Amino acid sequence: MHEIGYLHLIPLLPLLGAAINLILGKRLPRPVVHFVACGVVFAAATLALNAVFGDLYPLWKAGRAGVPAVSQTVYTWLHAGDFTLNLRLVVDPLAGVMILVVTIVGFFIHVYSMGYMAHEPDYPRFFGYLNLFTGSMLILVLGDSLPVMFVGWEGVGLCSYLLIGFWYQKDHNAFCGRKAFIVNRIGDFGFLLGMFLCFVTADTLSLAELRDKADLFRTVAWLGMPIAFWVGLLLFVGACGKSAQLPLYVWLPDAMAGPTPVSALIHAATMVTAGVYLVARMNFIYILSPAVMAVVALVGAVTALYAATMGFAQNDFKKVLAYSTISQLGFMFAAVGVGAFSAGIFHLYTHAFFKACLFLCAGSVMHAMGDRGDIREMGGLRRRTPITHWTFLLSTIAIAGIVPWSGFFSKGAILAGAFGAENPAFHAVGMVVWVLLLAAALCTAFYMFRLYYLVFSGECRADEHTKAHLHESPPAMTIPLMVLAGGAVVGGLIGITMVPRIDLVSRWLAPVFGTGPGAAGAHHLSLGTELGLEALALVIAGAGIGIAWRLYHNGYSDLVKALVLSLRWAHKVVFNKYYVDELYDLLLVRPLRGLAVLCHRVLDAFVIDLVIVNGSAWAVDFLGRGAKRLQSGDVQRYLVAILVGVAGIVFFASRPSASFTAPRQARVGAPWQADASPLLRSGRELTFAWDFDGKGKFEALGARPAPHTFAKPGKHRVTLKVCDRRFGSSACRETVQKVEVTP
Amino acid sequence: MVPLGYYLILAAGLFAVGALGAILRRNALIVLMSLELMLNAANLTLVAFARAHHDMRGHVLAFLVIAVAAAEAAVGLAIVVGVFRTRKTVAVDEINEMKF
Repeated sequence: MHEIGYLHLIPLLPLLGAAINLILGKRLPRPVVHFVACGVVFAAATLALNAVFGDLYPLWKAGRAGVPAVSQTVYTWLHAGDFTLNLRLVVDPLAGVMILVVTIVGFFIHVYSMGYMAHEPDYPRFFGYLNLFTGSMLILVLGDSLPVMFVGWEGVGLCSYLLIGFWYQKDHNAFCGRKAFIVNRIGDFGFLLGMFLCFVTADTLSLAELRDKADLFRTVAWLGMPIAFWVGLLLFVGACGKSAQLPLYVWLPDAMAGPTPVSALIHAATMVTAGVYLVARMNFIYILSPAVMAVVALVGAVTALYAATMGFAQNDFKKVLAYSTISQLGFMFAAVGVGAFSAGIFHLYTHAFFKACLFLCAGSVMHAMGDRGDIREMGGLRRRTPITHWTFLLSTIAIAGIVPWSGFFSKGAILAGAFGAENPAFHAVGMVVWVLLLAAALCTAFYMFRLYYLVFSGECRADEHTKAHLHESPPAMTIPLMVLAGGAVVGGLIGITMVPRIDLVSRWLAPVFGTGPGAAGAHHLSLGTELGLEALALVIAGAGIGIAWRLYHNGYSDLVKALVLSLRWAHKVVFNKYYVDELYDLLLVRPLRGLAVLCHRVLDAFVIDLVIVNGSAWAVDFLGRGAKRLQSGDVQRYLVAILVGVAGIVFFASRPSASFTAPRQARVGAPWQADASPLLRSGRELTFAWDFDGKGKFEALGARPAPHTFAKPGKHRVTLKVCDRRFGSSACRETVQKVEVTP
Repeated sequence: MVPLGYYLILAAGLFAVGALGAILRRNALIVLMSLELMLNAANLTLVAFARAHHDMRGHVLAFLVIAVAAAEAAVGLAIVVGVFRTRKTVAVDEINEMKF
């Protein structure tokens, strides 16, 4: 492990920018606000490039055993007993890919936001949140222990919430923000439990140490499954929440209520991929349990297909892209689930470019349309917004997977990985996933080109007023579009899976991803098989595009209308997103709301407000009304009370305390010792009188009488009477102890 | 020499008279006088114990009580005079406005 001193600056600079813009932003002129916001991300990107290519690359090249990584221990965060937790940042090849994606794509989205948010009165707040997000995401990516990652994990969740509800004056947006936050909390609970289970199993939370102790996760079992299965499953629940997989995907389409750059940065390119990153990061645990790998792969593949079909009938530009994101994330999970970790991360990286570009194009289009996103009103925008059109088309080709666009290579790597997967727990998983993903790829090509044709070709369906105002966006928006589209086109060339020698992505990531029963890549596929698979994927993508062209190349064709009519029932189900939101509403939201109302009415309004709060006030009032009669104003009554009180104090204080120790049991004829001598230490002048048989006849025998012998068996009551001689017979106290006398 | 017990019995008697007077009499002046009786009963026990135990602290405390009693009498009489001026009465059972 190689220590370098500037890693902490990579997340710290964006956080600093957030602090400046959130605290001082209102007093700063606009150029300063966006200069600070973009500048810190640019600086972070520079440092990230230096860390990866300057410091990490030589180590990787040297190819020593173990994971090549540069790290920095910033300080000790927690120290309790044997447990130490350092705030430690690590860049290994995997984190390296992530920080480059986050800072570089993030930088261009920051630049785009300058143009997109130009008319926004709350400009500094937006950039503050955006910087805060970037900083949190970098902490999540760089953290070398689960708790540090969790800080970033929660940080990005918070920023997601804040930015979805950025225009919180609209009730709907605030609701969407809450929905995202709450659904994410469910996932976070899984993450936390997984973290606890790691700690219980291995006594450490540092990733490096967990990796060293990975064997424990295979050998220790619970409920017939190795701990690796449970840890993997719980962390995957967290990943499902963050990365919008079944069944926790419902928040992502609603997250589109936020500003479009936010959708691009958080809800497409970076934050939502955190779940994939988490699974890839914990690959050394996942590969120990083929069962959990199968779960991840199947959930991913089913989500990929399911979300892709929902893209068919959506009419909101950004919603289509949101379902597309869910679907693409499903591809990534399917990849890591079949053990093709580097293919998953490769797709994450290519997806960041083309999906960010698609979202930014959506923003640009909506900007031109006067902030409306209904694709039924669009069409024919090719001529009015040429740059947006071309960048959108390039990214759409990339996502559809046409050679040599980036999506072709990353999706091909995933499909090949699934095709060649071997999972001892569930042999067919690779094939099932492959078929599902192939279907999803067909759907992807179809709905993306449907979107493209409906927006950019045919005749414009907008009203005259909107048509008159159609315009291309300013350079601050179009330049990022062109850069990202460029990335979407050529970004895939670094990972040509068919030829291992130039498959840089796999080679770069290879040291991070271990081998185990669950991790069988596509390496054993022959070149012919791979080329065949790629050709098939290409045919599938072409078919999807062809269908879209036939149906939508000139706006809604008559065939579409006929199809919708004949498949009315199916269309309605898909259009309503399979009624999942309604189902959740029925099964979870309504019962929980009912419970909340019940708690409110019974616990809060009745028990707490009425009984405890008002009740205590009422009781005090009642007692006060009674007690006020004591204050009669008659000074002589007060005097009587004082005299009585003083007399009482004197009486009770003059009586000594009485107690003695003795065995609870005795035998007839055997000596039985009672002892009250500790009382002598009180400094009083005491006399001790004893009554051993309960007849009321006391004998003065002193504090420690000679051992008594009981004559008869049975229960005896022994009484001790202690008096203070100085106060006479009035100052006495008695104590009784029962003794069981056996023959 | 008079035994200690005699002094204590006398003091108890004086205290009882003072306490009953303070509780039962209505005239504020008599109540004040009864208070003095109780204080002096306490003084008597102090002096008696001091003498019996040959301890000068009892005498000193008795002087302190006399001084405090003088101050108390001065303040008490001033209050009685003040009350009489405003209310034309010194009957303690009629001076009972300090209540809820």
